[in-house]
Amino acid sequence: MDLLYMVLFAVVVLLGLLGGVTYAILFERKVIGWMQIRNGPNRHGPWGLFQTIADVLKLLMKEDIIPAAADRKIFVLAPILAFAPSFTVFAVLSWSDTLYAADLNIGVLYFLGVSSMTMLGVLMGGWSSNNKYSLLGSIRGVAQMVSYEIPLVLSVLGVVILSGTMNLRGIVQYQDDIGMWFIIPQFLGFVIYLISAIAELNRSPFDLPEAESELVSGYHTEYSGFRYAFFMLAEYTYAIAISAFATTLFLGGWLGPAFLPGIVWFILKMCIFMFIWFWLRATLPRARVDHLMQFGWKVLIPLALLNIVITAVIKVWMGW
Amino acid sequence: MGLGVYFDNYIYVLLFLTLGVALPVGALTFGRLLRPKNPYAEKITTYESGISPTGDAQIRYHVAYYIVALEFVIFDVETVFLYPWAVALDQLGWVGLNAMIIFIAILGLGLAYSWKKKVLEWN
Repeated sequence: MDLLYMVLFAVVVLLGLLGGVTYAILFERKVIGWMQIRNGPNRHGPWGLFQTIADVLKLLMKEDIIPAAADRKIFVLAPILAFAPSFTVFAVLSWSDTLYAADLNIGVLYFLGVSSMTMLGVLMGGWSSNNKYSLLGSIRGVAQMVSYEIPLVLSVLGVVILSGTMNLRGIVQYQDDIGMWFIIPQFLGFVIYLISAIAELNRSPFDLPEAESELVSGYHTEYSGFRYAFFMLAEYTYAIAISAFATTLFLGGWLGPAFLPGIVWFILKMCIFMFIWFWLRATLPRARVDHLMQFGWKVLIPLALLNIVITAVIKVWMGW
Repeated sequence: MGLGVYFDNYIYVLLFLTLGVALPVGALTFGRLLRPKNPYAEKITTYESGISPTGDAQIRYHVAYYIVALEFVIFDVETVFLYPWAVALDQLGWVGLNAMIIFIAILGLGLAYSWKKKVLEWN
């Protein structure tokens, strides 16, 4: 493979992702609008199609305010550190049978390891702002992300046990071979993954790090203009990445009836997950901090461990 | 898989990382041409719901966060041990399974202990 093709591929993924985030935001606002019997954005362009573009342009022209009390270097570094890992994880995703970038044998580990670095951005942003709301939001956020990291990682383990590989393409091929998506034999793992993914993404009902009713805007209260935009971009990029990862692990990646190409199936399945995040946001009230932490440690982790033991016993017993 | 292909995969990782850093740096540098810059004392004050901020926000926080961090380290190391085992379970068979069930049981005991000690409570 020559370098030009590789650079081109990475740039296309980046551009596709930016477009995807733009319309994911519009989709979210439309979905929540409809669920609340409103229209959602409908002024900019037909059907509100240019709404997010207008928002981004506005943010680009806003003054960039860095508070006098802030720790300048870390304050500037935080949004970059939040965004970079959430995009770097896209290197291992396989969009279809032939469309993929890096084919790593440690794909699962790479994804989980790199994606959890996003929380450094949250911690640094909240701490360096020198603002009480930001600090509360960020330490809460890190405690939450750290706690839910464990059930997330453990729930994926069931899939790795069954397929015997950490290669994301290998996992999809295994699902093709047994003719069954992992959502069926790993249903418990899937549910644990879904719940901990919402907590990892800081999305409603687990959006405590940016609980706007008590913490103004959480860890990015002091951020404005395009630095703020990068925090939001990182959040949506990570949401898309988590959805793509779930698609690969539990919904058979690019597999699907042959009348549509694999990448279309992949994106359609990803949209299901995106819709679930938005749906939950419109439906559920925010959880309390202590409830959230106890649910993670006392329910999800024991369940995830149980899931691993059961899966391993079945695997060895049945010789799948 | 040849060695060349192996390195190609990591070149992809490097490319994605470079783009991931270049986009925010580039956009923020470009934005400097477009955005106004007029900071004055009131504007760059820390936001505290409209009143003058009191004290510093970079304070010591509750010890519960530290304990969560410690618990996380323990369980995260555990998962690192579980991954290679999960990949190799086909070859390990019953012996590997039993060993890992004992390992998980010991960690389960640890979790039960911290549960009993009310470390997991969040008050």
